[in-house]
Amino acid sequence: MTGSITSWLRSRISKVGAARTALIVLTLALLESLCRIGVLDRITIIPPTEMAASLWDILKSGRFNADIAFTLFNVAAAIALATSAGFFVGAVLHSVPRLRRVSEPLLSAYYAIPTFVFYPLLIVMFGIGRVALIIMGAMFGVVAMIVNTMLGLDRVPPAVDKVGSILRLDALRQLVLIRLPAASPHLVTGVRLAVAYSVIGIVAGEFILATSGMGKRIAFAYDNFDNKTMYGMLLLLLVGVVIVNSALSVWENRLHRRFGQR
Amino acid sequence: MKSTRFDYLVFAGGLLMLWQLTYYAVGAEIVSSPFATIRRALELVLTNAFWVHAEATMSAFGAASLISIAGGIAIGVWLGLRRFAGDVASPILGSLYSIPKITLYPLILLAFGLGISAKIAFGVIHGIFPVAIFTMNAVRNVAPVYHRTAHIMRLSSVTTAMTIMAPAALPEILAGIRIGIALTLLGTLIGELFASTSGIGFALVRAMGIHAVTDILALTLLIFIFAALLNASLHFIERWVRHGG
Repeated sequence: MTGSITSWLRSRISKVGAARTALIVLTLALLESLCRIGVLDRITIIPPTEMAASLWDILKSGRFNADIAFTLFNVAAAIALATSAGFFVGAVLHSVPRLRRVSEPLLSAYYAIPTFVFYPLLIVMFGIGRVALIIMGAMFGVVAMIVNTMLGLDRVPPAVDKVGSILRLDALRQLVLIRLPAASPHLVTGVRLAVAYSVIGIVAGEFILATSGMGKRIAFAYDNFDNKTMYGMLLLLLVGVVIVNSALSVWENRLHRRFGQR
Repeated sequence: MKSTRFDYLVFAGGLLMLWQLTYYAVGAEIVSSPFATIRRALELVLTNAFWVHAEATMSAFGAASLISIAGGIAIGVWLGLRRFAGDVASPILGSLYSIPKITLYPLILLAFGLGISAKIAFGVIHGIFPVAIFTMNAVRNVAPVYHRTAHIMRLSSVTTAMTIMAPAALPEILAGIRIGIALTLLGTLIGELFASTSGIGFALVRAMGIHAVTDILALTLLIFIFAALLNASLHFIERWVRHGG
């Protein structure tokens, strides 16, 4: 009985995967042919195969390695800052319900304001360079982490907490052994969103004003009608984000399954 | 209720104080004082030019919101009702939701040119995916017992949709709409920052260009107040539907 269910599930999963691959391939083929026969002109978009070739060329020649490393480092620093500060603030707000209730409107309207209008102010404060960009990225990512930390701590089942007290765990162990694992699925959601938002903040900053970085290269190529470089870099950036995001969501789903309720 | 109001007052006072302290710490070159910013915001609201920009933003934002909501619900309902199609599309939607869409601005500009259609397109690519994802999950999560009940009562498919599916899925769809609208506003403003000659976002770019700190903060404050009010009223509708509607 169980065997037949798993084999049914497996066949279904592979069928879904096959259909998804087919859908993506067909979409790309359609785009490719529309570009090739000239329905979409080359000034607007270049065929996906040329984007991939340009991406390959960028990686092989290594001419943008410094920019890629610059952006990667900044993104990593911003994520570290956003997730640690976000976790801390989220934990504090969770433990002070009155403070949490009054800050709720602030947190839920936060993502409607284009945070990077503060970027010029940050440049005045820190100069053009890494620091302003990292803070920009962290400002974008931190609120997603705060909100998801609170959600995660909300979902710690009271029974699990009680088990901790029965075992007479001290506060630190209670946190590390009981509450963090129970909250972990939402914490990973927070990290995943913080990654996405930090990238937005940093790339936006690099678009506006920066000395190097992937955003800077994309903006520069756009200004010079260099579509090949532009789409190659765009593809690299998007593929990178999609891979990190998918890896984190696989992890997230695994934790959800392991630690119970959604 | 009274204590809540008191808490809000204390919180707002605390934020203003923090702002004032930041102003003292970093100086007027970087942050304008809360008093000067609020006064500037009030001055702006009384000028005609502000309302011309606000109207430009609002018309783009309104159109983008309508397209995001209608399109997102249509996609979401379709994928929610078809299990297989939903399974196929769900990770693709998730990826599209999470990619930094600001990087697509060159593509949008090349495709739509400068102007209102680029702004609307920017708003829509930000807002449509959350609405679609929330709607799909809402439709999927309607308890099977409701379907069976409808079947036993021999309701027609239209009646089922109107009296059973819609009320069951509506609260979650509204949550998606709330998030989608906030992101649509963000997208529209980003579109204006990069690609337009009018609107609040354009006014911001101009203020950024001449480093008018008070203007930047006053405009941001006004955007924030608008976003918070919009969000609060959508929250209110959501709660009303969930409990009393």
